[in-house]
This record gives sequence, C-alpha cells and structure tokens, in this order.
Amino acid sequence: MKGDQRIDRRFAELAAAGRKALIPFVTAGDPDPEQVVPLLHALVGAGADLIELGVPFSDPMADGPVIQRSSERALARGVNLAQVLEWVRVFREGDQETPIVLMGYLNPVECFGAARFARACASAGVDGVLLVDCPLEESAPYRSALDAVGVHQILLAAPTTRGARREALARAARGFLYYVAFAGVTGADRLDPVALAEELADWRRLLAVPLAVGFGIKTAGDAAAVAAHADAVVVGSALVETLSRADEPVAAAAAFLRPLRAALDARSDAAAGLPA
Amino acid sequence: MSTQVLAPERAESTSGESGRFGPYGGRYVAETLIAPLEELWEAYLRFRDDPSFRAELERDLADYVGRPSPLYHAERLSRENGGAQILLKREDLNHTGAHKINNTVGQALLAKRMGKRRIIAETGAGQHGVATATVAARLGLRCVVYMGALDVERQKPNVYRMRLLGAEVVPVESGSKTLKDALNEALRDWVSNVSDTFYLIGTVAGPHPYPTIVRDFNAVIGREARAQMLARFQRLPDAVVACVGGGSNAIGIFHAFLADEGVALYGAEAAGEGLSTGRHAASLVAGRPGVLHGAMSYLLCDEDGQVKETHSISAGLDYPGVGPEHAWLKDSGRAQYLGVSDEEALEAFHRLARTEGILAALESSHAVALALRLARELPRDAMILVNLSGRGDKDVNTIARLEGLVL
Ligand SMILES: Cc1ncc(COP(=O)(O)O)c(C=O)c1O
Repeated sequence: MKGDQRIDRRFAELAAAGRKALIPFVTAGDPDPEQVVPLLHALVGAGADLIELGVPFSDPMADGPVIQRSSERALARGVNLAQVLEWVRVFREGDQETPIVLMGYLNPVECFGAARFARACASAGVDGVLLVDCPLEESAPYRSALDAVGVHQILLAAPTTRGARREALARAARGFLYYVAFAGVTGADRLDPVALAEELADWRRLLAVPLAVGFGIKTAGDAAAVAAHADAVVVGSALVETLSRADEPVAAAAAFLRPLRAALDARSDAAAGLPA
Repeated sequence: MSTQVLAPERAESTSGESGRFGPYGGRYVAETLIAPLEELWEAYLRFRDDPSFRAELERDLADYVGRPSPLYHAERLSRENGGAQILLKREDLNHTGAHKINNTVGQALLAKRMGKRRIIAETGAGQHGVATATVAARLGLRCVVYMGALDVERQKPNVYRMRLLGAEVVPVESGSKTLKDALNEALRDWVSNVSDTFYLIGTVAGPHPYPTIVRDFNAVIGREARAQMLARFQRLPDAVVACVGGGSNAIGIFHAFLADEGVALYGAEAAGEGLSTGRHAASLVAGRPGVLHGAMSYLLCDEDGQVKETHSISAGLDYPGVGPEHAWLKDSGRAQYLGVSDEEALEAFHRLARTEGILAALESSHAVALALRLARELPRDAMILVNLSGRGDKDVNTIARLEGLVL
C-alpha cells in the first residue's frame, strides 16, 4: 500500500532525504477560479511537497477572518465540491507525484454522500481528506469509505488533546497527523515554537506516521522554527492573504513560498552537516 | 411545585446521555473543543445530582425567575376561535420575558461551580443575549455576546439592554451577519479561550452535551404544566404546541409528555413568506439531515451543502438548523412539525392581544397560530396546551413598522 499512496510515498522520500515537508494551503477558487490549476503547479514549482486544497464552506467555524473571507469569495464565484474535484483531476494530468489533501467541513461531503465522495476523490487523484469538524469519534463512516479507495482521512490533534485520547488518535492516524499549534482559529498570532517543542516531541514518540504542524505559521522563520520539531509545516492564512492582495496570484504564490522552502532546506542541510 | 428540578431519565433513544438522539446529535467540532465539551459533560453529571446545586437552582427559579409560571385558560380566545380550549403556559411572565432564562440561570450556576469567570453567548433577536447578560451580572461574571451585524441593527433595544446589564455586544460581520454567524463566532471565541471561558448556548442545538443540558434546564416548563393540568382539570391535554427555532422552548414543554401516548406534540416552524418561496426557516419541514454547529440534524442547505440564509418575521426563529432531539422526534413520529407563515403568526398575535390582553412574542405567536388552526378541528371539550414562550414588548417596533408606523 505504501508504494502507491502518494502521501506515504512522499513522506518516505522526504525522510530518506532528511528533508521537512512544506504544505501550503489555498482555498480552491480564490482568488481566481480560472487559475486554480496553474496556481497549484506554481506552488509545486516553488517547493511545495504536499498541497492542502480548501473546499469552501458557508460556516467555517474553525477559521479566522482571512480564510473566512477567502471562503466567502470562492462561494460567491460558485465554487462547489464537484468543481474542486474537477480541478484536482486536471492538476493530476500534469503532476502525478504531489499529494493533494482536501481540507474542509463535513456538510458539503455529507450532502455529496460519503461513498460517492470517496470514489470521486480516488478517481480525481485526491490523496487525503481532512474534515475539520469531524473528530475521531464521528469519523467512522467517512473513514471506512475513504479507506476502501485508498484515500487517507487526516486527523487533527490539539493542545487540549490529553490522556488516552492521544494514544487513540495516534493509533488511528493515517498519512500524517495534523497538530494544531494552539487553541484558536486559523491565522491567529499565537504561535510559540519554543513552547511547542516538548509537546511535539511527546507526539512524535507516540506516532507511527509523520507529524505536521499548522495554524499561525506565517514566515520563513516560523516555518524553520516549527520544522525543527516536526516533519511538516502547513502555511495557510499568510499565503491566502498574500494571494488576495496580489495582482498576479500565481507569481505571488511562488514568490511567497520560495523563502519558506529555502529556510526549511537550510535547516535540514545544517542538520546533515552540509554547508548552508 | 415538584422538587425534581432536572428532567427525569427517559428511554436511551431520547435521553441524550450518549450524545445521540437516534442518528442525530453527536460532536462535530474541531478537535480543540472535544476536551472542554467533555469537561462540561462531566461537570454537569456531577452537579446534576448534587443536592446543593439542585437547591440553589430551585431557589433561583422560584425567587429570581418567578416560577412556577401560571397556566392560563384563554377562554375568550378559545370561544371566538371555536373548537378546542386553549391553555397558555405563561413563560412570558418570567424575568426577562421569555423561557430563555430557565436555561441561562442553570448554565450560569454550572459556570460558577466550574470556576469559569467569563461567559460568552450568541444571540439572534437578543432575548438569549439579554437572559445571559442578566445572569452574568447577578453572578459577577464577565459577559461577551456575539450578535450578527444585521440583527444588531434590527434589534437595537435589546442591544442597549445587554449593555445596560454590563455585557459587551460584538457585532459579527461574517457570512449572512445573522444568528448562525453569531454562533460560529462564539465557537471561534471559545476555541481561543477554552481554559477560562464558559460557552452558554441559548438553545438545544450545538454539540453534545448542549442539547441535553439545555433541554434539562427547560424541562421544568413541561413538568409544571403537566402537574398544573392534572391539578386543575384532572386530565392531560390532547395536544401540546410550541414554536421551534433551535427548539428549546418546544423540547422544554414536550419532554414531560413524551411518555403520555395520548398527548399529541406539535412544533410550529417559521414558514416565513411561504415554504414555496424559499424565504422561510422551517428546517424540519423543508430541510434535510446535515451537520452544522457541532450536531447532525435537519438543516436548510443547498445541494452543495452550503447553509442557506433563512427568513422569518421573528428573529428568534430565523435559524437554518434545529436541535437534534427534534430531528429524532420527527423521524420517530412522536412529534409533528408544521409551518406557520409570517402572516398567520401576525394574525394570531393580534387575536391574542385583542381577546386576552396578552402581547405575545412573534416567536410564540407562531405556536398560538398553529394551536388556533388545530383547535378548529377539535371538539369544544378538547384541550390544547400552548407554550407562550415569550412576551411581545421586544416586537412592538417590528410590528409597527410592518403597519407603516414609526414609533
Ligand atoms: C420568545 C422566544 N420564543 C422562542 C424562541 C426560539 O428559540 P427556541 O426554539 O430555542 O425556543 C426565541 C428565541 O429567541 C424566543 O425569544
């Protein structure tokens, strides 16, 4: 299975090379529904190892204002789940390697139908699905549908996750575990990489899959600092905000991501004793 | 009245102890909120059975809320309407003017015992916000109320009332700028302040354990009404009718009657400008199962799963979701839910005002309208119990505006 699951394969390659994964998040269809696929390719070109593609929802209760507004703009342009899957399919024609994780809320999936959604993900070339409002206890019906077609359901862990629940999450995690860096919403200014270190070390001892960290990572410095204690970093609001202000979003995406890539690589080169 | 303040246990399918009502309910929330929801449930289970908590709650309900609320036989209204007798459970006479205070008094005591110093709430019309600001003032807790920016504009007197009570009212500018967005924003606040903050939800919606806790605190309505019916008429009503926004006043009056098979239960949903116009808020009548605000229940959303904007003349019913226990009562057939239009509700408002001298809340006027409709099909010796969930003072401006007046 490992061989043909793109997420597992990508993390295995990164581990072998001693590199950290950079995972940008963009909302599908924002800022420009016409440029989604070029935008995804540009992210890969600028150093993305995996991509989280946001499925817009009317009530994004775990998101801060930047992603809320991004979601509203995408919906106003008529973006829906079927359209997002179609963009992934077209992206796959040009890129068979980079894993795509859909990130969103449960209701659009529920309305699409869990089994139909899982099949559509597999045939479009989606590799993972992260449903923000679907914690472990509620995940069984979606997970079994996704498992059946080889798509990973990505689970979240948080600073409030304690005790036996940690072990249960660690056991259930597939692909990677997404650790939410602080109790809060996306894009908040509450990241404290130093305070995170111990927590992340605990998680890595528990986990058989890679550990990704997201929420509040905005700069190359943040990315490098967090990556010291994790296998992957997710950058969302800062990128989405940049794109929303850019005249040329595709170029702006690449320009935003390159310094983060460089900072992560400098870190792993240094760790491997290579000259910077 | 009864010394049993909290709801007695029922069959597992509707008890909510497991967080499920049939397939509905659950905890569809971000991982960060699982631990505080668990903490709340454990605290609730502990205090629910604690004699000192129960005594304090009972005292507050009597001396502060003004319970028991009267059961009133609306004889003139019944006579003019024809058919069954209509009995009103007068929740409008509670402190702050609605059933909402039953829940806020209970949850605030819980917050205090859990050592939380800050209370947050969402509000639509402002009734729950006022009821929350009220109990927060009394207990000396900080209070922040989220309210859609559109509702802040529509409900200025209640916004001012909350501020007079010392609460901070935060207008919510996202989404449709109404109640559902206020709920989203309250959840965002909670996720960011889990350690010191108590989220005081205003209805039987939201993730487990809220639908169970809010129901239990409102179940006093039905328990009193059932005892009052027996004491006064030596019989139970043939039907119980309540309006359904999120569903708290309805579940509050239904619950004591669930096991009484001869008592029909009816929920009045806001049919707005008519179900066929799409401008309504009738989630049970016209929605489909889905997930919003932490629970699986009936929901008004489009085919892509995006939540729809709703419409009702009454801000308190203007919500696209509904509590999960109602979804289960509907599917199981134990309760029936029917739409009542803006126009019908307004007409019932005026009839109650003119025949009985009672200005009902526009929300409650939906229940009155449905009761009048049902009564006409029943004999004169039949009895319909209506939850008059709130008083209409807050709606006077809205009604004047509809009639072309500016006060
Ligand atoms: C008087 C009154 N009745 C009913 C409602 C609807 O809420 P619920 O369905 O939770 O009782 C409200 C909500 O604001 C209200 O103020």
